[in-house]
Amino acid sequence: MNETTTPTAQSLIASSLSKGDGNIPGVNSGRAAQIVMEARDLSVYYGDFLAVRQATFSIARNEITAFIGPSGCGKSTILRSLNRMNDLIHSARVVGTVLYRGIDLYGPLADPGEVRRRIGMVFQKPNPFPKSIYDNVAFGPRVNEKFTKSELDGVVEDSLRKAALWDEVKDRLKASAFSLSGGQQQRLCIARALAVNPDVLLMDEPCSALDPIATGRIEDLMREIKSEYPIVIVTHNMQQAARVSDMTAFFSVESTGDTNRPTGMLVEYDRTVDMFSHPHDERTLSYVSGRMG
Amino acid sequence: MSIILDPSVSLTSTVDGKRRRKDMLFLALLWFGILLAVVTLVVLLVDTFLTGRSRLNWEFLSGHTSPFAEDAGVQSAIFGSLWVVLPAGISSLLIAIGTAAYLEEFTKPESKVQAFINLTIQTLAGVPSIVYGILGLAFVARGPLDWGFTVRTASVVLAMMILPVMIVASREAIRAVPSSYREGAFALGCSRWQCVRQQVLPAAVPGIATGSILGVSRALGESAPLIMLGALAYVSSNPTGFGDYYTVLPLSIYKYATEADSEFQYAAAGAIIVLLAMLLVLNFTAIVIRDRSRKSL
Repeated sequence: MNETTTPTAQSLIASSLSKGDGNIPGVNSGRAAQIVMEARDLSVYYGDFLAVRQATFSIARNEITAFIGPSGCGKSTILRSLNRMNDLIHSARVVGTVLYRGIDLYGPLADPGEVRRRIGMVFQKPNPFPKSIYDNVAFGPRVNEKFTKSELDGVVEDSLRKAALWDEVKDRLKASAFSLSGGQQQRLCIARALAVNPDVLLMDEPCSALDPIATGRIEDLMREIKSEYPIVIVTHNMQQAARVSDMTAFFSVESTGDTNRPTGMLVEYDRTVDMFSHPHDERTLSYVSGRMG
Repeated sequence: MSIILDPSVSLTSTVDGKRRRKDMLFLALLWFGILLAVVTLVVLLVDTFLTGRSRLNWEFLSGHTSPFAEDAGVQSAIFGSLWVVLPAGISSLLIAIGTAAYLEEFTKPESKVQAFINLTIQTLAGVPSIVYGILGLAFVARGPLDWGFTVRTASVVLAMMILPVMIVASREAIRAVPSSYREGAFALGCSRWQCVRQQVLPAAVPGIATGSILGVSRALGESAPLIMLGALAYVSSNPTGFGDYYTVLPLSIYKYATEADSEFQYAAAGAIIVLLAMLLVLNFTAIVIRDRSRKSL
Protein backbone atom coordinates (compact mmCIF):
# COMPACT_ATOMS: atom_id res chain seq x y z
CA MET A 1 0.00 0.00 0.00
CA ASN A 2 2.71 2.48 0.86
CA GLU A 3 6.41 2.63 0.37
CA THR A 4 7.20 3.78 3.84
CA THR A 5 10.32 2.30 5.25
CA THR A 6 9.30 0.50 8.42
CA PRO A 7 11.96 0.38 11.07
CA THR A 8 10.98 -0.97 14.45
CA ALA A 9 8.99 1.17 16.81
CA GLN A 10 11.89 1.35 19.25
CA SER A 11 14.35 2.68 16.72
CA LEU A 12 11.77 5.26 15.63
CA ILE A 13 11.18 6.42 19.16
CA ALA A 14 14.91 6.70 19.67
CA SER A 15 15.46 8.63 16.47
CA SER A 16 12.55 10.96 17.10
CA LEU A 17 13.96 11.77 20.52
CA SER A 18 17.48 12.30 19.29
CA LYS A 19 16.48 14.48 16.33
CA GLY A 20 13.84 16.23 18.35
CA ASP A 21 12.36 19.40 17.01
CA GLY A 22 14.71 21.93 18.51
CA ASN A 23 16.26 22.73 15.17
CA ILE A 24 13.28 24.75 14.05
CA PRO A 25 14.40 28.35 14.28
CA GLY A 26 12.71 30.45 16.90
CA VAL A 27 11.01 27.56 18.63
CA ASN A 28 12.10 26.98 22.17
CA SER A 29 13.67 23.65 22.74
CA GLY A 30 11.25 22.69 25.53
CA ARG A 31 8.70 22.10 22.83
CA ALA A 32 10.41 18.87 21.81
CA ALA A 33 9.09 17.10 24.91
CA GLN A 34 5.57 18.13 24.04
CA ILE A 35 5.56 16.73 20.52
CA VAL A 36 2.71 14.34 19.77
CA MET A 37 3.04 13.89 16.04
CA GLU A 38 5.84 14.37 13.61
CA ALA A 39 5.97 14.17 9.83
CA ARG A 40 9.29 13.57 8.12
CA ASP A 41 9.76 13.97 4.39
CA LEU A 42 6.09 13.20 3.95
CA SER A 43 5.08 13.00 0.29
CA VAL A 44 1.71 12.00 -1.09
CA TYR A 45 1.10 10.62 -4.57
CA TYR A 46 -2.17 10.17 -6.42
CA GLY A 47 -1.22 7.41 -8.83
CA ASP A 48 1.95 8.69 -10.50
CA PHE A 49 1.21 12.30 -9.70
CA LEU A 50 3.17 13.79 -6.83
CA ALA A 51 0.62 15.91 -4.96
CA VAL A 52 2.81 17.11 -2.11
CA ARG A 53 6.56 16.89 -1.81
CA GLN A 54 8.52 16.05 1.34
CA ALA A 55 6.89 17.96 4.16
CA THR A 56 8.51 17.92 7.59
CA PHE A 57 6.79 19.37 10.65
CA SER A 58 5.62 18.47 14.12
CA ILE A 59 2.53 18.86 16.25
CA ALA A 60 2.80 19.54 19.93
CA ARG A 61 0.52 19.52 22.95
CA ASN A 62 -1.22 22.74 23.89
CA GLU A 63 -0.82 24.07 20.39
CA ILE A 64 -2.98 24.81 17.43
CA THR A 65 -1.11 24.27 14.19
CA ALA A 66 -2.48 25.97 11.09
CA PHE A 67 -1.88 24.85 7.50
CA ILE A 68 -2.23 27.78 5.14
CA GLY A 69 -1.55 28.29 1.46
CA PRO A 70 -3.20 28.74 -1.92
CA SER A 71 -5.66 26.23 -3.42
CA GLY A 72 -4.12 23.01 -4.65
CA CYS A 73 -1.04 23.25 -2.48
CA GLY A 74 -1.79 20.01 -0.68
CA LYS A 75 -2.79 21.28 2.77
CA SER A 76 -5.79 18.95 2.99
CA THR A 77 -3.88 16.08 1.42
CA ILE A 78 -1.20 16.32 4.09
CA LEU A 79 -3.84 16.69 6.82
CA ARG A 80 -5.61 13.55 5.63
CA SER A 81 -2.39 11.58 5.65
CA LEU A 82 -2.04 12.36 9.36
CA ASN A 83 -4.91 10.01 10.24
CA ARG A 84 -4.83 7.71 7.24
CA MET A 85 -8.00 9.10 5.71
CA ASN A 86 -6.09 9.00 2.43
CA ASP A 87 -6.29 5.21 2.61
CA LEU A 88 -9.87 5.58 1.42
CA ILE A 89 -8.71 7.03 -1.90
CA HIS A 90 -7.52 4.02 -3.86
CA SER A 91 -4.89 5.83 -5.88
CA ALA A 92 -3.35 7.68 -2.91
CA ARG A 93 0.08 6.59 -1.73
CA VAL A 94 2.13 7.97 1.13
CA VAL A 95 5.92 8.08 1.17
CA GLY A 96 7.94 9.25 4.14
CA THR A 97 7.19 8.91 7.81
CA VAL A 98 4.42 10.07 10.11
CA LEU A 99 5.15 9.36 13.74
CA TYR A 100 2.48 9.44 16.41
CA ARG A 101 4.07 9.25 19.84
CA GLY A 102 7.00 7.52 18.23
CA ILE A 103 4.96 4.94 16.34
CA ASP A 104 4.98 4.89 12.55
CA LEU A 105 1.34 5.52 11.49
CA TYR A 106 1.90 3.57 8.28
CA GLY A 107 3.90 0.82 9.91
CA PRO A 108 2.85 -2.70 10.86
CA LEU A 109 2.06 -1.66 14.43
CA ALA A 110 -0.69 0.78 13.39
CA ASP A 111 -4.26 -0.28 12.65
CA PRO A 112 -6.03 2.33 10.46
CA GLY A 113 -9.21 2.21 12.57
CA GLU A 114 -7.33 2.79 15.80
CA VAL A 115 -5.26 5.53 14.14
CA ARG A 116 -8.44 7.36 13.13
CA ARG A 117 -10.02 6.92 16.54
CA ARG A 118 -7.03 8.48 18.26
CA ILE A 119 -6.54 11.18 15.66
CA GLY A 120 -10.02 12.60 15.12
CA MET A 121 -11.18 14.66 12.19
CA VAL A 122 -13.69 17.42 11.49
CA PHE A 123 -14.55 18.07 7.88
CA GLN A 124 -15.01 21.12 5.70
CA LYS A 125 -18.74 20.73 5.33
CA PRO A 126 -20.61 19.76 8.51
CA ASN A 127 -21.45 16.10 7.96
CA PRO A 128 -23.75 14.93 10.76
CA PHE A 129 -25.17 11.44 10.29
CA PRO A 130 -28.89 11.18 9.43
CA LYS A 131 -29.66 10.41 13.07
CA SER A 132 -30.66 12.24 16.21
CA ILE A 133 -28.30 14.65 17.96
CA TYR A 134 -27.76 12.09 20.72
CA ASP A 135 -27.09 9.22 18.31
CA ASN A 136 -24.61 11.30 16.36
CA VAL A 137 -22.45 11.87 19.42
CA ALA A 138 -23.01 8.34 20.74
CA PHE A 139 -22.11 6.72 17.41
CA GLY A 140 -18.35 6.68 17.90
CA PRO A 141 -18.39 5.41 21.50
CA ARG A 142 -20.90 2.72 20.52
CA VAL A 143 -18.81 1.27 17.70
CA ASN A 144 -15.57 1.42 19.64
CA GLU A 145 -16.55 0.22 23.11
CA LYS A 146 -19.34 -1.24 25.21
CA PHE A 147 -21.07 1.39 27.31
CA THR A 148 -24.02 1.20 29.66
CA LYS A 149 -26.86 3.61 29.00
CA SER A 150 -25.86 5.95 31.84
CA GLU A 151 -22.17 5.91 30.88
CA LEU A 152 -23.13 6.76 27.33
CA ASP A 153 -25.39 9.58 28.54
CA GLY A 154 -22.39 10.93 30.44
CA VAL A 155 -20.09 10.75 27.40
CA VAL A 156 -22.68 12.49 25.21
CA GLU A 157 -23.26 15.30 27.69
CA ASP A 158 -19.56 15.73 28.31
CA SER A 159 -18.74 15.89 24.60
CA LEU A 160 -21.56 18.33 23.87
CA ARG A 161 -20.42 20.54 26.75
CA LYS A 162 -16.85 20.58 25.45
CA ALA A 163 -18.17 21.55 22.02
CA ALA A 164 -20.20 24.37 23.63
CA LEU A 165 -23.42 22.93 22.27
CA TRP A 166 -25.00 21.33 25.35
CA ASP A 167 -27.07 24.31 26.47
CA GLU A 168 -28.54 24.72 23.01
CA VAL A 169 -29.55 21.09 22.48
CA LYS A 170 -30.02 19.54 25.94
CA ASP A 171 -33.81 19.68 25.63
CA ARG A 172 -33.96 18.14 22.18
CA LEU A 173 -31.32 15.43 22.09
CA LYS A 174 -33.73 13.17 20.20
CA ALA A 175 -34.27 15.72 17.43
CA SER A 176 -32.68 15.16 14.03
CA ALA A 177 -29.17 16.52 13.65
CA PHE A 178 -30.37 18.18 10.44
CA SER A 179 -32.66 20.44 12.47
CA LEU A 180 -29.58 22.31 13.70
CA SER A 181 -28.07 25.36 11.98
CA GLY A 182 -24.84 25.00 10.02
CA GLY A 183 -22.70 26.29 12.86
CA GLN A 184 -24.44 24.05 15.38
CA GLN A 185 -24.00 21.08 13.03
CA GLN A 186 -20.28 21.76 12.86
CA ARG A 187 -20.04 21.95 16.66
CA LEU A 188 -22.01 18.69 16.76
CA CYS A 189 -19.39 17.16 14.47
CA ILE A 190 -16.69 18.41 16.85
CA ALA A 191 -18.59 16.88 19.80
CA ARG A 192 -18.89 13.65 17.82
CA ALA A 193 -15.13 13.62 17.21
CA LEU A 194 -14.39 14.36 20.89
CA ALA A 195 -16.75 11.59 22.07
CA VAL A 196 -14.26 8.85 21.14
CA ASN A 197 -11.66 10.60 23.30
CA PRO A 198 -9.07 11.33 20.62
CA ASP A 199 -5.53 12.45 21.26
CA VAL A 200 -5.26 14.90 18.38
CA LEU A 201 -7.95 16.74 16.43
CA LEU A 202 -7.58 17.46 12.72
CA MET A 203 -9.85 20.12 11.23
CA ASP A 204 -10.16 20.52 7.47
CA GLU A 205 -11.36 24.08 6.84
CA PRO A 206 -14.03 23.67 9.54
CA CYS A 207 -15.39 27.20 9.13
CA SER A 208 -15.45 27.60 5.37
CA ALA A 209 -19.18 26.85 5.20
CA LEU A 210 -20.06 29.04 8.19
CA ASP A 211 -20.95 32.68 8.77
CA PRO A 212 -18.62 34.95 10.80
CA ILE A 213 -20.55 34.53 14.07
CA ALA A 214 -20.55 30.75 13.86
CA THR A 215 -16.88 30.91 12.85
CA GLY A 216 -16.11 32.98 15.95
CA ARG A 217 -17.76 30.39 18.18
CA ILE A 218 -15.75 27.56 16.63
CA GLU A 219 -12.55 29.55 17.10
CA ASP A 220 -13.37 30.21 20.77
CA LEU A 221 -14.06 26.52 21.15
CA MET A 222 -10.71 25.62 19.60
CA ARG A 223 -8.88 27.86 22.08
CA GLU A 224 -10.79 26.27 24.96
CA ILE A 225 -10.02 22.68 24.04
CA LYS A 226 -6.47 23.02 22.75
CA SER A 227 -5.04 22.26 26.19
CA GLU A 228 -6.68 18.85 26.03
CA TYR A 229 -6.45 18.17 22.30
CA PRO A 230 -3.65 19.42 20.06
CA ILE A 231 -5.39 20.77 16.95
CA VAL A 232 -4.28 20.94 13.34
CA ILE A 233 -6.44 23.20 11.23
CA VAL A 234 -6.38 23.72 7.50
CA THR A 235 -7.66 27.15 6.59
CA HIS A 236 -7.98 29.36 3.57
CA ASN A 237 -8.32 32.29 5.84
CA MET A 238 -5.02 33.83 6.87
CA GLN A 239 -6.68 35.98 9.53
CA GLN A 240 -8.10 32.83 11.07
CA ALA A 241 -4.64 31.25 11.15
CA ALA A 242 -3.24 34.40 12.74
CA ARG A 243 -6.08 34.53 15.30
CA VAL A 244 -6.11 30.97 16.55
CA SER A 245 -2.88 29.20 15.79
CA ASP A 246 0.40 28.89 17.66
CA MET A 247 2.34 27.30 14.84
CA THR A 248 1.82 27.83 11.12
CA ALA A 249 2.87 25.77 8.14
CA PHE A 250 2.77 27.62 4.84
CA PHE A 251 2.31 25.44 1.78
CA SER A 252 2.71 26.59 -1.77
CA VAL A 253 2.88 25.12 -5.22
CA GLU A 254 6.01 24.71 -7.26
CA SER A 255 5.77 24.84 -10.99
CA THR A 256 6.55 21.59 -12.71
CA GLY A 257 6.22 20.55 -16.35
CA ASP A 258 2.50 19.95 -15.99
CA THR A 259 1.03 23.30 -15.05
CA ASN A 260 -2.47 21.86 -14.57
CA ARG A 261 -1.45 19.74 -11.62
CA PRO A 262 1.29 21.54 -9.76
CA THR A 263 3.01 19.77 -6.92
CA GLY A 264 2.50 21.23 -3.46
CA MET A 265 5.28 21.76 -0.97
CA LEU A 266 5.82 22.97 2.57
CA VAL A 267 7.59 26.30 2.22
CA GLU A 268 7.92 27.41 5.78
CA TYR A 269 6.99 26.09 9.18
CA ASP A 270 7.37 28.36 12.18
CA ARG A 271 5.68 30.02 15.11
CA THR A 272 2.64 31.93 13.92
CA VAL A 273 3.84 35.26 15.35
CA ASP A 274 7.17 34.96 13.56
CA MET A 275 5.60 33.69 10.37
CA PHE A 276 3.32 36.67 10.08
CA SER A 277 5.77 39.32 11.32
CA HIS A 278 9.05 38.36 9.66
CA PRO A 279 8.79 35.33 7.40
CA HIS A 280 12.04 33.88 6.08
CA ASP A 281 10.83 32.95 2.66
CA GLU A 282 9.92 35.41 -0.07
CA ARG A 283 6.82 33.36 -1.02
CA THR A 284 5.56 33.34 2.54
CA LEU A 285 5.96 37.08 2.68
CA SER A 286 3.92 37.60 -0.49
CA TYR A 287 1.22 35.26 0.74
CA VAL A 288 0.80 36.60 4.26
CA SER A 289 0.89 40.15 3.01
CA GLY A 290 -1.87 39.26 0.57
CA ARG A 291 0.05 39.69 -2.67
CA MET A 292 -0.38 36.09 -3.78
CA GLY A 293 -3.01 33.35 -3.64
CA MET B 1 -37.36 60.56 -7.43
CA SER B 2 -39.21 58.76 -10.19
CA ILE B 3 -37.32 56.79 -12.84
CA ILE B 4 -37.46 58.31 -16.29
CA LEU B 5 -38.56 56.05 -19.14
CA ASP B 6 -35.60 55.22 -21.33
CA PRO B 7 -36.99 54.90 -24.89
CA SER B 8 -33.91 53.04 -26.10
CA VAL B 9 -34.63 50.03 -23.87
CA SER B 10 -37.13 47.35 -24.78
CA LEU B 11 -38.08 44.41 -22.61
CA THR B 12 -40.37 42.71 -25.14
CA SER B 13 -39.25 39.29 -26.32
CA THR B 14 -36.79 39.23 -29.18
CA VAL B 15 -37.56 35.55 -29.91
CA ASP B 16 -39.07 35.38 -33.39
CA GLY B 17 -42.34 33.63 -34.26
CA LYS B 18 -40.69 30.57 -35.79
CA ARG B 19 -38.79 29.72 -32.62
CA ARG B 20 -41.91 30.20 -30.56
CA ARG B 21 -43.91 27.88 -32.83
CA LYS B 22 -41.19 25.23 -32.45
CA ASP B 23 -41.49 25.53 -28.68
CA MET B 24 -45.24 25.05 -28.87
CA LEU B 25 -44.92 22.07 -31.21
CA PHE B 26 -42.49 20.35 -28.87
CA LEU B 27 -44.76 20.97 -25.89
CA ALA B 28 -47.70 19.54 -27.84
CA LEU B 29 -45.69 16.41 -28.63
CA LEU B 30 -44.89 15.94 -24.96
CA TRP B 31 -48.53 16.30 -24.03
CA PHE B 32 -49.54 13.85 -26.73
CA GLY B 33 -47.08 11.30 -25.37
CA ILE B 34 -48.38 11.66 -21.84
CA LEU B 35 -52.03 11.50 -22.92
CA LEU B 36 -51.43 8.41 -25.05
CA ALA B 37 -49.95 6.57 -22.10
CA VAL B 38 -52.49 7.72 -19.53
CA VAL B 39 -55.57 7.28 -21.74
CA THR B 40 -54.54 3.76 -22.78
CA LEU B 41 -54.03 2.79 -19.16
CA VAL B 42 -57.31 4.29 -18.01
CA VAL B 43 -59.30 2.65 -20.83
CA LEU B 44 -57.78 -0.74 -20.06
CA LEU B 45 -58.36 -0.40 -16.34
CA VAL B 46 -61.96 0.78 -16.72
CA ASP B 47 -62.75 -1.94 -19.25
CA THR B 48 -61.24 -4.63 -17.05
CA PHE B 49 -63.07 -3.33 -14.02
CA LEU B 50 -66.43 -3.22 -15.80
CA THR B 51 -65.93 -6.75 -17.13
CA GLY B 52 -64.71 -8.26 -13.90
CA ARG B 53 -67.00 -6.36 -11.55
CA SER B 54 -69.65 -9.12 -11.51
CA ARG B 55 -67.13 -11.63 -10.15
CA LEU B 56 -65.72 -9.42 -7.43
CA ASN B 57 -67.35 -11.14 -4.49
CA TRP B 58 -66.38 -13.39 -1.64
CA GLU B 59 -67.19 -16.56 -3.55
CA PHE B 60 -64.75 -15.63 -6.28
CA LEU B 61 -62.01 -14.68 -3.83
CA SER B 62 -62.48 -17.74 -1.63
CA GLY B 63 -63.12 -20.21 -4.43
CA HIS B 64 -60.24 -22.19 -5.87
CA THR B 65 -59.19 -22.16 -9.49
CA SER B 66 -61.49 -24.48 -11.42
CA PRO B 67 -62.26 -25.61 -14.95
CA PHE B 68 -65.97 -24.95 -14.31
CA ALA B 69 -66.91 -21.36 -14.98
CA GLU B 70 -69.42 -21.00 -12.15
CA ASP B 71 -66.95 -22.40 -9.55
CA ALA B 72 -63.90 -20.49 -10.83
CA GLY B 73 -62.16 -18.57 -8.05
CA VAL B 74 -58.72 -17.25 -7.28
CA GLN B 75 -57.89 -18.25 -3.71
CA SER B 76 -55.36 -20.95 -4.56
CA ALA B 77 -53.80 -18.64 -7.15
CA ILE B 78 -53.46 -15.80 -4.63
CA PHE B 79 -51.83 -18.06 -2.07
CA GLY B 80 -49.77 -19.76 -4.77
CA SER B 81 -48.44 -16.38 -5.90
CA LEU B 82 -47.62 -15.38 -2.32
CA TRP B 83 -45.89 -18.69 -1.60
CA VAL B 84 -43.78 -18.38 -4.73
CA VAL B 85 -43.07 -14.65 -4.87
CA LEU B 86 -42.44 -13.67 -1.24
CA PRO B 87 -39.58 -16.11 -0.59
CA ALA B 88 -38.18 -15.30 -4.04
CA GLY B 89 -38.30 -11.57 -3.28
CA ILE B 90 -36.81 -11.85 0.20
CA SER B 91 -33.99 -14.20 -0.75
CA SER B 92 -32.98 -12.31 -3.86
CA LEU B 93 -33.18 -9.02 -1.94
CA LEU B 94 -30.73 -10.29 0.66
CA ILE B 95 -28.34 -11.63 -1.97
CA ALA B 96 -28.69 -8.41 -3.97
CA ILE B 97 -27.89 -6.17 -0.99
CA GLY B 98 -24.83 -8.29 -0.20
CA THR B 99 -23.64 -8.20 -3.80
CA ALA B 100 -24.27 -4.47 -4.15
CA ALA B 101 -22.52 -3.66 -0.87
CA TYR B 102 -19.56 -5.80 -1.89
CA LEU B 103 -19.26 -4.18 -5.31
CA GLU B 104 -19.73 -0.61 -4.11
CA GLU B 105 -17.90 -0.66 -0.81
CA PHE B 106 -15.36 -3.45 -0.84
CA THR B 107 -13.94 -3.71 -4.37
CA LYS B 108 -11.83 -1.10 -6.07
CA PRO B 109 -13.64 0.63 -8.91
CA GLU B 110 -12.33 -0.52 -12.29
CA SER B 111 -10.88 -3.68 -10.79
CA LYS B 112 -11.09 -6.88 -12.80
CA VAL B 113 -13.48 -8.50 -10.32
CA GLN B 114 -15.87 -5.59 -10.64
CA ALA B 115 -15.66 -5.46 -14.43
CA PHE B 116 -16.42 -9.18 -14.61
CA ILE B 117 -19.38 -9.05 -12.22
CA ASN B 118 -20.74 -5.94 -13.96
CA LEU B 119 -20.71 -7.67 -17.32
CA THR B 120 -22.41 -10.72 -15.85
CA ILE B 121 -25.16 -8.71 -14.20
CA GLN B 122 -25.85 -6.67 -17.31
CA THR B 123 -26.06 -9.81 -19.41
CA LEU B 124 -28.34 -11.58 -16.94
CA ALA B 125 -30.66 -8.55 -16.74
CA GLY B 126 -31.25 -8.83 -20.48
CA VAL B 127 -32.03 -12.54 -20.56
CA PRO B 128 -35.71 -13.24 -21.47
CA SER B 129 -37.70 -14.81 -18.64
CA ILE B 130 -38.55 -17.93 -20.63
CA VAL B 131 -34.83 -18.74 -20.68
CA TYR B 132 -34.85 -18.73 -16.88
CA GLY B 133 -37.80 -21.12 -17.16
CA ILE B 134 -35.81 -23.51 -19.36
CA LEU B 135 -32.80 -23.20 -17.07
CA GLY B 136 -35.00 -23.98 -14.06
CA LEU B 137 -36.54 -26.92 -15.85
CA ALA B 138 -33.15 -28.39 -16.74
CA PHE B 139 -31.31 -27.79 -13.48
CA VAL B 140 -33.85 -27.23 -10.70
CA ALA B 141 -37.06 -29.08 -11.57
CA ARG B 142 -35.12 -31.92 -13.14
CA GLY B 143 -31.39 -32.53 -13.46
CA PRO B 144 -29.08 -32.09 -10.51
CA LEU B 145 -31.59 -30.72 -8.01
CA ASP B 146 -34.64 -32.64 -9.23
CA TRP B 147 -37.10 -30.70 -7.08
CA GLY B 148 -40.02 -31.37 -9.43
CA PHE B 149 -42.77 -28.90 -10.28
CA THR B 150 -43.01 -27.44 -6.81
CA VAL B 151 -43.35 -24.08 -5.08
CA ARG B 152 -39.68 -24.36 -4.15
CA THR B 153 -38.56 -24.71 -7.78
CA ALA B 154 -40.68 -21.78 -8.96
CA SER B 155 -39.45 -19.60 -6.10
CA VAL B 156 -35.79 -20.29 -6.74
CA VAL B 157 -36.09 -19.63 -10.48
CA LEU B 158 -38.00 -16.37 -9.95
CA ALA B 159 -35.37 -15.31 -7.42
CA MET B 160 -32.66 -15.88 -10.03
CA MET B 161 -34.70 -13.98 -12.60
CA ILE B 162 -35.16 -10.82 -10.55
CA LEU B 163 -31.70 -10.87 -8.94
CA PRO B 164 -29.98 -8.70 -11.58
CA VAL B 165 -32.67 -5.99 -11.31
CA MET B 166 -32.45 -6.06 -7.52
CA ILE B 167 -28.64 -5.78 -7.60
CA VAL B 168 -28.72 -2.81 -9.96
CA ALA B 169 -31.35 -1.05 -7.80
CA SER B 170 -29.42 -1.72 -4.58
CA ARG B 171 -26.17 -0.49 -6.11
CA GLU B 172 -27.80 2.73 -7.23
CA ALA B 173 -29.21 3.25 -3.74
CA ILE B 174 -25.85 2.57 -2.07
CA ARG B 175 -24.03 4.82 -4.52
CA ALA B 176 -26.46 7.64 -3.71
CA VAL B 177 -25.46 7.64 -0.03
CA PRO B 178 -23.34 10.79 0.49
CA SER B 179 -19.66 9.95 0.90
CA SER B 180 -19.57 12.38 3.84
CA TYR B 181 -21.38 9.72 5.94
CA ARG B 182 -18.66 7.23 5.11
CA GLU B 183 -15.90 9.73 5.88
CA GLY B 184 -17.57 10.64 9.16
CA ALA B 185 -17.81 7.01 10.18
CA PHE B 186 -14.24 6.16 9.18
CA ALA B 187 -12.93 9.23 10.99
CA LEU B 188 -14.44 7.83 14.22
CA GLY B 189 -12.48 4.62 13.89
CA CYS B 190 -15.11 2.46 12.20
CA SER B 191 -14.02 -0.56 10.24
CA ARG B 192 -15.32 -0.86 6.69
CA TRP B 193 -17.98 -3.33 7.75
CA GLN B 194 -19.15 -1.13 10.64
CA CYS B 195 -19.38 1.80 8.26
CA VAL B 196 -21.42 -0.18 5.73
CA ARG B 197 -23.66 -1.80 8.32
CA GLN B 198 -24.34 1.27 10.46
CA GLN B 199 -24.24 4.18 8.02
CA VAL B 200 -24.40 3.16 4.38
CA LEU B 201 -27.10 0.48 4.44
CA PRO B 202 -29.55 2.35 6.72
CA ALA B 203 -29.19 5.42 4.52
CA ALA B 204 -29.75 3.29 1.42
CA VAL B 205 -32.97 1.65 2.68
CA PRO B 206 -35.37 4.05 0.93
CA GLY B 207 -33.66 3.56 -2.42
CA ILE B 208 -33.36 -0.19 -2.01
CA ALA B 209 -37.06 -0.47 -1.07
CA THR B 210 -38.17 1.54 -4.08
CA GLY B 211 -35.92 -0.28 -6.49
CA SER B 212 -36.48 -3.80 -5.28
CA ILE B 213 -40.24 -3.44 -5.48
CA LEU B 214 -39.79 -3.30 -9.24
CA GLY B 215 -38.19 -6.71 -9.12
CA VAL B 216 -40.86 -8.20 -6.89
CA SER B 217 -43.61 -6.72 -9.06
CA ARG B 218 -42.04 -8.34 -12.08
CA ALA B 219 -41.94 -11.71 -10.33
CA LEU B 220 -45.58 -11.33 -9.31
CA GLY B 221 -46.69 -10.66 -12.87
CA GLU B 222 -44.54 -13.33 -14.50
CA SER B 223 -46.12 -16.37 -16.15
CA ALA B 224 -43.75 -17.52 -18.91
CA PRO B 225 -41.08 -19.26 -16.82
CA LEU B 226 -43.72 -20.79 -14.57
CA ILE B 227 -45.41 -22.46 -17.52
CA MET B 228 -42.08 -24.20 -18.11
CA LEU B 229 -41.91 -25.06 -14.43
CA GLY B 230 -45.24 -26.85 -14.30
CA ALA B 231 -47.50 -24.36 -12.60
CA LEU B 232 -50.87 -26.08 -12.80
CA ALA B 233 -53.91 -24.68 -14.54
CA TYR B 234 -56.40 -25.57 -11.84
CA VAL B 235 -55.53 -26.24 -8.22
CA SER B 236 -58.22 -26.92 -5.64
CA SER B 237 -56.16 -26.22 -2.52
CA ASN B 238 -53.61 -23.73 -1.24
CA PRO B 239 -49.98 -24.75 -1.00
CA THR B 240 -49.03 -25.77 2.54
CA GLY B 241 -45.30 -26.08 2.00
CA PHE B 242 -42.47 -25.57 -0.46
CA GLY B 243 -42.85 -29.10 -1.83
CA ASP B 244 -46.47 -28.61 -2.96
CA TYR B 245 -47.96 -28.13 -6.39
CA TYR B 246 -49.12 -24.61 -7.13
CA THR B 247 -50.63 -22.16 -9.54
CA VAL B 248 -50.16 -18.40 -9.69
CA LEU B 249 -52.42 -15.49 -10.58
CA PRO B 250 -50.93 -14.60 -13.99
CA LEU B 251 -51.31 -18.21 -15.04
CA SER B 252 -54.93 -18.40 -13.85
CA ILE B 253 -55.64 -15.24 -15.80
CA TYR B 254 -54.10 -16.81 -18.86
CA LYS B 255 -56.13 -20.02 -18.44
CA TYR B 256 -59.42 -18.23 -17.81
CA ALA B 257 -58.88 -15.84 -20.70
CA THR B 258 -58.31 -18.66 -23.17
CA GLU B 259 -61.54 -20.47 -22.26
CA ALA B 260 -64.44 -20.02 -24.70
CA ASP B 261 -67.21 -19.50 -22.12
CA SER B 262 -67.88 -15.77 -21.60
CA GLU B 263 -68.34 -16.42 -17.87
CA PHE B 264 -64.60 -17.26 -17.84
CA GLN B 265 -63.84 -13.87 -19.38
CA TYR B 266 -65.42 -12.24 -16.36
CA ALA B 267 -63.35 -14.49 -14.11
CA ALA B 268 -60.16 -13.52 -16.00
CA ALA B 269 -60.99 -9.81 -15.57
CA GLY B 270 -61.73 -10.40 -11.89
CA ALA B 271 -58.38 -12.14 -11.43
CA ILE B 272 -56.62 -9.24 -13.17
CA ILE B 273 -58.19 -6.83 -10.68
CA VAL B 274 -57.00 -9.01 -7.79
CA LEU B 275 -53.47 -9.09 -9.26
CA LEU B 276 -53.46 -5.31 -9.68
CA ALA B 277 -54.68 -4.90 -6.12
CA MET B 278 -51.81 -7.06 -4.88
CA LEU B 279 -49.33 -4.98 -6.87
CA LEU B 280 -50.80 -1.82 -5.38
CA VAL B 281 -50.47 -3.20 -1.85
CA LEU B 282 -46.87 -4.11 -2.63
CA ASN B 283 -46.06 -0.65 -3.93
CA PHE B 284 -47.81 0.95 -1.01
CA THR B 285 -45.72 -1.13 1.40
CA ALA B 286 -42.56 0.04 -0.32
CA ILE B 287 -43.68 3.66 -0.05
CA VAL B 288 -44.43 3.24 3.65
CA ILE B 289 -41.01 1.68 4.26
CA ARG B 290 -39.35 4.47 2.32
CA ASP B 291 -41.19 7.23 4.16
CA ARG B 292 -40.65 5.62 7.56
CA SER B 293 -36.91 5.35 7.05
CA ARG B 294 -36.75 8.89 5.68
CA LYS B 295 -38.68 10.23 8.64
CA SER B 296 -36.25 8.65 11.07
CA LEU B 297 -33.43 10.72 9.58
